[in-house]
Amino acid sequence: MLSSLYASFSLRRNAVDAFRVNVIHARQQVRSPVTNIARTSFFHVKRSNIWLAAVTKQNVNAAMVFEFLYKMCDVMAAYFGKISEENIKNNFVLIYELLDEILDFGYPQNSETGALKTFITQQGIKSQTKEEQSQITSQVTGQIGWRREGIKYRRNELFLDVLESVNLLMSPQGQVLSAHVSGRVVMKSYLSGMPECKFGMNDKIVIEKQGKGTADETGKSGKQSIAIDDCTFHQCVRLSKFDSERSISFIPPDGEFELMRYRTTKDIILPFRVIPLVREVGRTKLEVKVVIKSNFKPSLLAQKIEVRIPTPLNTSGVQVICMKGKAKYKASENAIVWKIKRMAGMKESQISAEIELLPTNDKKKWARPPISMNFEVPFAPSGLKVRYLKVFEPKLNYSDHDVIKWVRYIGRSGIYETRC
Amino acid sequence: MTDSKYFTTTKKGEIFELKAELNSDKKEKKKEAVKKVIASMTVGKDVSALFPDVVNCMQTDNLELKKLVYLYLMNYAKSQPDMAIMAVNTFVKDCEDPNPLIRALAVRTMGCIRVDKITEYLCEPLRKCLKDEDPYVRKTAAVCVAKLHDINAQLVEDQGFLDTLKDLISDSNPMVVANAVAALSEIAESHPSSNLLDLNPQSINKLLTALNECTEWGQIFILDCLANYMPKDDREAQSICERVTPRLSHANSAVVLSAVKVLMKFMEMLSKDLDYYGTLLKKLAPPLVTLLSAEPELQYVALRNINLIVQKRPEILKHEMKVFFVKYNDPIYVKLEKLDIMIRLASQANIAQVLAELKEYATEVDVDFVRKAVRAIGRCAIKVEQSAERCVSTLLDLIQTKVNYVVQEAIVVIKDIFRKYPNKYESVIATLCENLDSLDEPEARAAMIWIVGEYAERIDNADELLESFLEGFHDESTQVQLQLLTAIVKLFLKKPTETQELVQQVLSLATQDSDNPDLRDRGYIYWRLLSTDPVAAKEVVLAEKPLISEETDLIEPTLLDELICYIGTLASVYHKPPSAFVEGGRGVVHKSLPPRTASSESTESPETAPAGAPSGDQPDVIPAQGDLLGDLLNLDLGPPVSGPPLAASSIQMGAVDLLGGGLDSLIGDTNFGVPPAAAAAPARLGAPISSGLSDLFDLTSGVGTLSGSYVAPKAVWLPAMKAKGLEISGTFTRQVGSISMDLQLTNKALQVMTDFAIQFNRNSFGLAPAAPLQVHAPLSPNQTVEISLPLNTVGSVMKMEPLNNLQVAVKNNIDVFYFSTLYPLHVLFVEDGKMDRQMFLATWKDIPNENEAQFQIRDCPLNTEAASGKLQSSNIFTIAKRNVEGQDMLYQSLKLTNGIWVLAELRIQPGNPSFMDLELSLKCRAPEVSQHVYQAYETILKN
Repeated sequence: MLSSLYASFSLRRNAVDAFRVNVIHARQQVRSPVTNIARTSFFHVKRSNIWLAAVTKQNVNAAMVFEFLYKMCDVMAAYFGKISEENIKNNFVLIYELLDEILDFGYPQNSETGALKTFITQQGIKSQTKEEQSQITSQVTGQIGWRREGIKYRRNELFLDVLESVNLLMSPQGQVLSAHVSGRVVMKSYLSGMPECKFGMNDKIVIEKQGKGTADETGKSGKQSIAIDDCTFHQCVRLSKFDSERSISFIPPDGEFELMRYRTTKDIILPFRVIPLVREVGRTKLEVKVVIKSNFKPSLLAQKIEVRIPTPLNTSGVQVICMKGKAKYKASENAIVWKIKRMAGMKESQISAEIELLPTNDKKKWARPPISMNFEVPFAPSGLKVRYLKVFEPKLNYSDHDVIKWVRYIGRSGIYETRC
Repeated sequence: MTDSKYFTTTKKGEIFELKAELNSDKKEKKKEAVKKVIASMTVGKDVSALFPDVVNCMQTDNLELKKLVYLYLMNYAKSQPDMAIMAVNTFVKDCEDPNPLIRALAVRTMGCIRVDKITEYLCEPLRKCLKDEDPYVRKTAAVCVAKLHDINAQLVEDQGFLDTLKDLISDSNPMVVANAVAALSEIAESHPSSNLLDLNPQSINKLLTALNECTEWGQIFILDCLANYMPKDDREAQSICERVTPRLSHANSAVVLSAVKVLMKFMEMLSKDLDYYGTLLKKLAPPLVTLLSAEPELQYVALRNINLIVQKRPEILKHEMKVFFVKYNDPIYVKLEKLDIMIRLASQANIAQVLAELKEYATEVDVDFVRKAVRAIGRCAIKVEQSAERCVSTLLDLIQTKVNYVVQEAIVVIKDIFRKYPNKYESVIATLCENLDSLDEPEARAAMIWIVGEYAERIDNADELLESFLEGFHDESTQVQLQLLTAIVKLFLKKPTETQELVQQVLSLATQDSDNPDLRDRGYIYWRLLSTDPVAAKEVVLAEKPLISEETDLIEPTLLDELICYIGTLASVYHKPPSAFVEGGRGVVHKSLPPRTASSESTESPETAPAGAPSGDQPDVIPAQGDLLGDLLNLDLGPPVSGPPLAASSIQMGAVDLLGGGLDSLIGDTNFGVPPAAAAAPARLGAPISSGLSDLFDLTSGVGTLSGSYVAPKAVWLPAMKAKGLEISGTFTRQVGSISMDLQLTNKALQVMTDFAIQFNRNSFGLAPAAPLQVHAPLSPNQTVEISLPLNTVGSVMKMEPLNNLQVAVKNNIDVFYFSTLYPLHVLFVEDGKMDRQMFLATWKDIPNENEAQFQIRDCPLNTEAASGKLQSSNIFTIAKRNVEGQDMLYQSLKLTNGIWVLAELRIQPGNPSFMDLELSLKCRAPEVSQHVYQAYETILKN
């Protein structure tokens, strides 16, 4: 394992050693992401086998430190891909340079990759004209630090992906213990100039506000609107405008970025229902039957369906019969994994298994972890619909109609568990 | 092109080779060489020998090479200060480079070189850069001031950089503003007294404007700075809150948490009646919940903060229980924190769900988590009374699993449940006793021993059980030893005949064979108590214990308020003030919440108290479990003393004669008057006692006065014929600061009576029941129960006629009955009613003469000492004594629960048996109480 200390030079090496001994080589799970060793606080985040640590002796803003560590990961990933020992060794000069730019005396500075890439490159610095230089500095420090001026595309195009992960915890009796959708709207924009964008969706609050004027429409659109519990936005979105008018307006960064995140808990469409039945036959045998039912329009297809049925540690053998797809007992993962490539809406399928157990002296009961599920569906389980995304660029002569727009909905399973 | 090759060179003579390469003419080769040097530096090799060669490469127009050289400089300048001077010229030159990126780079690097000589040269370039035309340079220079201040604070002040930095707060560029704010905040922290961040409504306005425009990090700096501002009134607080709330929708969790901090702090100033206050509360919940979908490390930070917020303002998240349910894949640190918050949010409305979850968690694999889940079940039982029964049965199920640590944890919490609901769940004791042998942790053993001692009369083999623990007495931890000692003494007091030997054994183990002072002291106290006055011992050891409060593990209110000011920071993660983990004076300024402003309505009077002081509705704090047990043990010593004044007075009155008489008797003849239990007391007992246990005697003297004020015999208050067969008689007592109403309920009807409850009408002194009337079993015909109902004086006040009239309503399953009774005023005489001598004189003079009332107490053949003693035990304190013409004049004071002072002059003629009347004159600012005080005197003196 490689521990890289980038952050502070005033720190002595023994701090690094202390961290290595106490956190990295501690033979147990991480019990806290903040570790205090000899009055020094270590914040640590692990990416594959790389530890990123920030160190302080002061009462710093802890949330900011972690946000910064994640941001650092994003920036590095944007420059050289996966964060691995190999890549870090290959790019250590670049990393130094990046750190020098985005962290000054412990204060994070502009960390938008869009802006950073204009003057920190892997190919070495091109000589810049004076104009270019001042453009860089004004962009890095400016109000719109995430976008540079003078971008030009022949074809103005944008892609919107509504990506949702639906989370469920269900009791064995089919009672929903908790369910929520956490969604993201990811935008890829290839637009010229400094376009002003306005994004609209079927947010209940907005629709009801508009519905006041035209009473008969409220009934229609009211049904389709959704209640958003909370949402957060990319820093390009004008938050005060959202707060006062609930309208989402912004000048987007160039390329891909996450416009917003949101969470809903009401009226969620649960794409699948899992019905488990576990029977203990004596001390050495378990009978498991699991039924899954798809619950969406028959014309839609769910993909990459995977059901994971945990088995006890003392399992000696498993026999499985399933109607659809393939099922396998994976001893190393202590689970039966049942995979189905595709499944249409309003269908059901079943698996049954006989699990042979070795007799043990272990008094401790098997904890029965929940049955979990993975899938992907081509709709938004929250019911969110994009109503519009308008683009205005007053200085250049293209209009909203000239922009080619694409919208896609993908619903994935988050933690989708049924207790058994 | 990859850099990894730079790490691989391990040849000898490497430094020499590098040196040659550094001095090469080819730019490419130079750059490669510097990269190699940096690589060696990164892995910890000493390449400081190359210092001059690297510095030579500094003068280049290649920005990448320059950055590398600067990097090297930052690392080694400190070890080679003299050579670092060589670089100064280049720095100064670079600070005037036409390229703003190079200017900024130079000033940034110079600030990181912590060499005094260099900092001197830094001042001029820095001054220029602070006024640079390019914002990128200015924002870098702003941070540089903070760096320089860290190296040489005096220099920064002398050079006037602080003023320039303050000017930058009004800069047109938001990022410059943000960095200036960050730098000033850091400098201000090391100068708590300086008025550096002179925030006023104008500068706040500028900050709020910049907040909308700067980067996410800048927003954090500004919000953290805003949190230190103290708005002048609630209106200003509200307007700032309004402009900060949009930040709650930011994608960056740190921005959200810092905004939450500002809002939580300023909310303190808003009136609760305000519509806006409610709106704000509602707005806070969703973003806090959203934080839980962040990465696990941030979730942890968020949860630690939510834990504080929930304690400060439980209403914010009371409906959000479900989001804190533990997910199977959560990292353990997230699981543990979620569990904590679940318990805090548990209420009657959601308890069923919570219990179902907790039961689920108790079967997981992580030991810490399982233990905490079990403990949580117990805490739910204590917090939500309606769920107690279900919790207990869940705990019993868990005990049946026989998983060792689960059983032990369950027993520890069941002990707490017993304390909260005495005489309710004792049926489970048998099950607990079955598991006695498997307990190997001190806390669980101590808890079990406590249970056995407390319920010794219901456990047939209690003596055997306790004896089994006694075998390895000296191997036990202190906690267990103390508990065992107390439990056996309890047992002895309950079953004296069979357990004499046992109690002697434990007393001698504790006093002779132990070198633990706590244990020895407690042993001696018990020994002495048992030997001098077994009745008093019973009252002390078996005294009724106050119930434990609902909330456990609460953070102490003042600390909580301070931590609220540190939301988002490390302090809020550790739940400790910064002074606990930050070295030196930096960042340890004590912060506190703003007080509510005076403009809020007077109806809010309880809220107008400074926020630092805990308001009345806050629950009592019982600290963490470990301490809790400590409390418990102390409790066994006797009912809590109601405050220092009592202790002081008892020293004054009792210390002398007790020390004299008590010690004499002990030293003179150890066996003098010693009951059988302590007959085997060793002769050398006298020595340690006389040497240093005088404080111990104060305690026993406190015990002496424990019998408290005079208690009238019970009188029938409600005759059976008036109350469908229920007869109530009773009296009032005052013991060590607490008033109680001792009731005797007799069922003279033919049917069983249940569902008793009691209520008082409003009365002159606000007397009210402090606990519900608890009649544990149904009252069958011809049965009588004795109940002591604790009272307090915080009820509603209404002047009654006569003054000491109390109207009572008692309900049972048959009907509601009313009666009224008169309480003797002396139950209201408080323990700290002793007035200072000077004060007495002044007050006596101050009260107008028409308020003086004269009374005669007839036929009272008492001498002065006896009278004074009797009165003192009812909290009438003699302040001075004077002999005038053969008459003793006693000057006395007393104080009522509502704070009214009464001064008295009592005239006694000791030498004259024929003249047995006493004369009493009373002075009081509220003369209407005099009559009743006189009656109290009469009752006390004549009984």
